[in-house]
Amino acid sequence: MLKNRIIPCLDVKNGRVVKGINFVDLQDAGDPVEQAKIYSDGGADEICFLDITASNENRDTIYDVVEKTSKKCFVPLTVGGGVRSVDDINKLLNCGADKVSINTAAVQNSEVVVESSKKFGSQCIVVAIDAKKNDDKWEIFTHGGRNNTGIDAIEFASKMESSGAGELLVTSMDRDGTQVGYDIDLMSKISSKVNIPVIASGGVGNLDHLVDGIKLGNASAVLAASIFHYGKHSVKEAKEYLDSKGIPVRI
Amino acid sequence: MNVTIVDYNSGNISSVINSFKEVARDKVNIEVTSELKKIKSSDKVVLPGQGSFKSCVDALNNINGLVDTLNEFVISNKKPLLGICVGLQMFADIGYEETETKGLGWISGKVCKIDNQNGKYKLPHIGWNQINILKDSKIFKDIDNNAHMYFVHSYEFVPEDKNLISATTDYSSNIVCSVEKDNIFGTQFHPEKSDKTGLKIIDNFINL
Repeated sequence: MLKNRIIPCLDVKNGRVVKGINFVDLQDAGDPVEQAKIYSDGGADEICFLDITASNENRDTIYDVVEKTSKKCFVPLTVGGGVRSVDDINKLLNCGADKVSINTAAVQNSEVVVESSKKFGSQCIVVAIDAKKNDDKWEIFTHGGRNNTGIDAIEFASKMESSGAGELLVTSMDRDGTQVGYDIDLMSKISSKVNIPVIASGGVGNLDHLVDGIKLGNASAVLAASIFHYGKHSVKEAKEYLDSKGIPVRI
Repeated sequence: MNVTIVDYNSGNISSVINSFKEVARDKVNIEVTSELKKIKSSDKVVLPGQGSFKSCVDALNNINGLVDTLNEFVISNKKPLLGICVGLQMFADIGYEETETKGLGWISGKVCKIDNQNGKYKLPHIGWNQINILKDSKIFKDIDNNAHMYFVHSYEFVPEDKNLISATTDYSSNIVCSVEKDNIFGTQFHPEKSDKTGLKIIDNFINL
């Protein structure tokens, strides 16, 4: 039976790990290579690096981080943040990333998704959807959550599936950093709309939130940062908890 | 000993390289090349593959003499080869991804889309799944039955001779995830991304 995945996410800025509350107020918290190794040794099913302010800054430091990490971690490594072109994707894959997540560039020009999935295969193309609730719909935000595009998130998810995305990483901007749980409504709506795996992100504060993301949000994988990062819970604890709730996990 | 990872522009092979180098350390020389001479003189060959069946077959054919060299290595000289993901799928006679494409024909069979029961199961089949070991394969030495491996694929290789299937995995159906025919080994899952158990499979192949 296919297992639900737990993915710790490391937000990286200038080659160092940080985690923001609602994408601002950053705190420095460690070396990404060592962190990734601790997670993979602890049973993480995948590791995710998000180069958070990369859309606006020089981002060459991430290549070095990816290269070093991929020599130490033998579970899949996803890298996102500031990925604009097929060329950027190529560079990250060559450094050792297994998947690349595309956010702003996919919204601005879906051809990037079409072209890159043809060139490298859908298996390594993840489209990151940052969405915020506005009345009865969710709208897509880009540039690390700073720009509202007004695009409907559910329709966009469907468009990305047909453009060749292999997975969708769905983040609720309302919940990110709040620790009150995933936006279950958003996750389940997108998950039932598309036939590719959905990774739930944004808002995890305790282990029950992970259970909800899978059971209620129908996510294939759950991504979290703070609860693992500050030692509140280990990945192993999270897996044992999910297992006790009847969710299939790799232990 | 020389183990060659065939670099034929089949997409991202850095993880395959990293994992083989991690396992080989200083004991074994790992080459990454498409040079025919080096392939011919190596003791073992790894054939990775990402993207579509067609794109991988096209990429193999684009390198002059590569298919002949691989045929000679595997069929005439009977030296060990490990195919990973689409590298395994290409053992087949024919594949149906994008369009009907001829494979290497080393193991009779077809590569078809996984039957996901009309959308009941998501595709690609991405993530960790357990393998049911069906026969004693040399690359499964010290690997537990039901061990977890990492998968990413939408197509599966179905060989005609079911006795060549060394492991399956349970998804929408029992999917073939490993085959072995004499000196030819293949895994649909990614040992290079399957943590310590995956590295053990790589170690087993290197030590054949």
